[in-house]
Amino acid sequence: MDLLSNLALGFETAFSPVNIIWCFVGVLLGTLVGVLPGIGPTATIAMLLPITFTFSPVTALIMLSGIYYGAQYGGSTTAILINLPGESSSAVTAVDGYQMARRGRAGQALATAALGSFFAGSVATLLLAMAAPPLASVAIRFGSPEYFALIVVGLLVSISLAHGSMLKALGMIVLGLVLATVGQDAYTGTPRFTLGQLELYGGINFVSIAVGVFGVAEIFRNLEDERGREVGVKHVTHLWLSREEFRRIAAPVMRGTALGSILGILPGGGHVLASFASYAVEKKSSKHPEEFGHGAIEGVAGPESANNAAAQTSFIPLLTLGIPAHPVMALILGAFILQGIVPGPKVISSQPELFWGIVASMWIGNVMLVILNLPLIGVWVKLLSVPYRALFPAIVTFAAIGCYSINNNPFDVYAVIVFGVLGYALIRCGCEPAPLLLGFVLGGLLEEHLRRALIIAHGDPMVFIQNPISAVLLAVGVIILVVAALPSIRGKRDEVFAEDEG
Amino acid sequence: MIRHMIATAAMLAALAASTHNAAAQDTFPSKPVTILVPAAAGGPSDTVARLVGQAMSANLGQQVLIENKGGAGGSLGTGQVAKAAPDGYTLLLYHIGVSTFAALYPALPYKPSELTSVGLVTEVPMTLVGRSDLKANTIAELLALMKQPGTSLTIGTAGVGAVSHLCAQMLEQATGAKLTKVPYPGSGPAMTDLIGKRIDLMCDQTTNTTNQIKAGEIKAFGVTTPKRIAILPDVPTVDESGLKGFEITAWHAVWAPKGTPEAVRVRLSQALQVALKDPVVIERFAALGTVPVEPTEATPAALDTHFKAETARLEALLKTAN
Repeated sequence: MDLLSNLALGFETAFSPVNIIWCFVGVLLGTLVGVLPGIGPTATIAMLLPITFTFSPVTALIMLSGIYYGAQYGGSTTAILINLPGESSSAVTAVDGYQMARRGRAGQALATAALGSFFAGSVATLLLAMAAPPLASVAIRFGSPEYFALIVVGLLVSISLAHGSMLKALGMIVLGLVLATVGQDAYTGTPRFTLGQLELYGGINFVSIAVGVFGVAEIFRNLEDERGREVGVKHVTHLWLSREEFRRIAAPVMRGTALGSILGILPGGGHVLASFASYAVEKKSSKHPEEFGHGAIEGVAGPESANNAAAQTSFIPLLTLGIPAHPVMALILGAFILQGIVPGPKVISSQPELFWGIVASMWIGNVMLVILNLPLIGVWVKLLSVPYRALFPAIVTFAAIGCYSINNNPFDVYAVIVFGVLGYALIRCGCEPAPLLLGFVLGGLLEEHLRRALIIAHGDPMVFIQNPISAVLLAVGVIILVVAALPSIRGKRDEVFAEDEG
Repeated sequence: MIRHMIATAAMLAALAASTHNAAAQDTFPSKPVTILVPAAAGGPSDTVARLVGQAMSANLGQQVLIENKGGAGGSLGTGQVAKAAPDGYTLLLYHIGVSTFAALYPALPYKPSELTSVGLVTEVPMTLVGRSDLKANTIAELLALMKQPGTSLTIGTAGVGAVSHLCAQMLEQATGAKLTKVPYPGSGPAMTDLIGKRIDLMCDQTTNTTNQIKAGEIKAFGVTTPKRIAILPDVPTVDESGLKGFEITAWHAVWAPKGTPEAVRVRLSQALQVALKDPVVIERFAALGTVPVEPTEATPAALDTHFKAETARLEALLKTAN
């Protein structure tokens, strides 16, 4: 059996003392930078690249990969505890995770995130080991028409992210889409809404928006009323899950893992959709949809699993095709090249111990992460008892450092202030930040793929229908719309008939 | 040992070359030197900078730090170096794009004259490649296909101002045929669509294409250098295949802020020349499909000439295109 001998080779490589140590260093660092708001894996990997010069290629890549998926574990911690997501995936976790924390269930939320991530990470790694090359050929089949259709479906189902007014959620998505148009137009180079600021040519920084509308706005909200202050919930009841809670998270974790694994393979933006899509699925299939947005444990379990599965499978296009799916993968591609290896179709066969070593190390790394993270839950929860006069400035300081470190650009820090104020205004109006963030993240991709699909088709819009995958996806979108609209249409008709009779 | 001797020789040469500003010469560098790369970490320019920076630090006897500052096609970070203290401790390493900033960004935060040359680093060859099932196998057949009435082949680029975009413009200008340029946010996604047979052509650096060419997933039509390259010996040059004088490379160079003492610039250029002889640098450059420039090119004078010529040529190209 090929797979077994390959895995044996992989584990032999990954279990060498040097690799074990650096794998641990990687996941530990990843957890830490994931926990610190704003300081993400990109900055960390960039800073550590020079150190890996002296390593063998496999050791260097084991450590750098460890930082990446370790950060996925850590990233949920701040999202849950202080409503401060560092990336789009943890923005979804913040929605229900933070509500759980406010209700004294931070321990359960963190445990759910860790266990869900572990399960998803293990399954996705197995997938990577068994089927990387065939899965990569799926990725190749996805072109712009397919991505466009996928994103349309994503936006339609995302309405479920809102737990209040549907109209306000739609408004927030549109606002996000509008914000995404800021920056230089990729197709003509024309600056759009840049207000003469060169810093805005590259668009608004995602982290600035996320930290502003979630974290900083939440701090403002807490500051307005001395008695209603909530950050710093002291009474935490249980740290561990009850049997009932285990039962509730089992299905969401499995669904999230499946969804995340599939979406993670698509390099044109699939991984971004993973946690949003999982949240939508859980809310739709839940028997208690009214709990979502108020601390539903499924709303943490599904997206966290999806996010970690996608993180793992997003290595597939890189390792098999040499195509990076997102900025962190681009950085890891750079690490490969610095080591004199250009990832591509031949890496698996020409460097088997490298490929299988990395795959095996991911498994080991996931085990280390769960061992590392479960005892840490108690420590993190204690952080909540830090008095707010120390906690608030600390959060803001770390967030500012994190935002600055992404591009070494003070402008991004000013943007946090603007979005903090905007976010506070939105909370006051009863609008939620999650749909805004989704609109922003998907807006850029939506425009990119729509325009590219049309350019390649020489302007023929039929391309979206002639293409089987996109046609099916768009049909799904239409069905979602009809299903969503039916009750109100029926309601209207009943009204009309009632009037007629009267 | 030999590296040490070369380093010493370089140091001596630098000493000999300096006619003034001896004070700066004696003490430079007395603290870590920062090379700013105005693009994301992990990209091709960043990789070049990290390899060269590592080798330069051995020669300078000081750490060389790499700082990434992306934004506005690289002009933001370039502006930051232009405005930095002219003491040789803040340098810029970037590519051909620096020649196009003035033409592309009306609100450029610096004047091109605010940068001063240190030296060229490498000229990364470009390859003209196509999808595997394209009905042309040579440049001549490709040209015939391009000129068929009613056709407009699609060519992927990494966005306005990218080298792949410049190459596509040049191809249009050289052939007179109309191409449909499809911009992507980087070479990676464009390559996905080329392998997936959704676009027809691409003109990109060897770094991004060699593996895929060798795996037979895409078709190579030609290299854009005057001579064939070692990593792809069977691929003809575009020039020899009929498009006379068609030449473009993703050249990389090091700059310092204007006003950097002459002696310091010479010292940095010496360190650069030594770094470009480093076996690790040569080996890793080879994996990128390129070679370091000759020592005579890694000098302020050579970069001055090259920069001036490329700026004139590319500004004219961008002007006719818009």
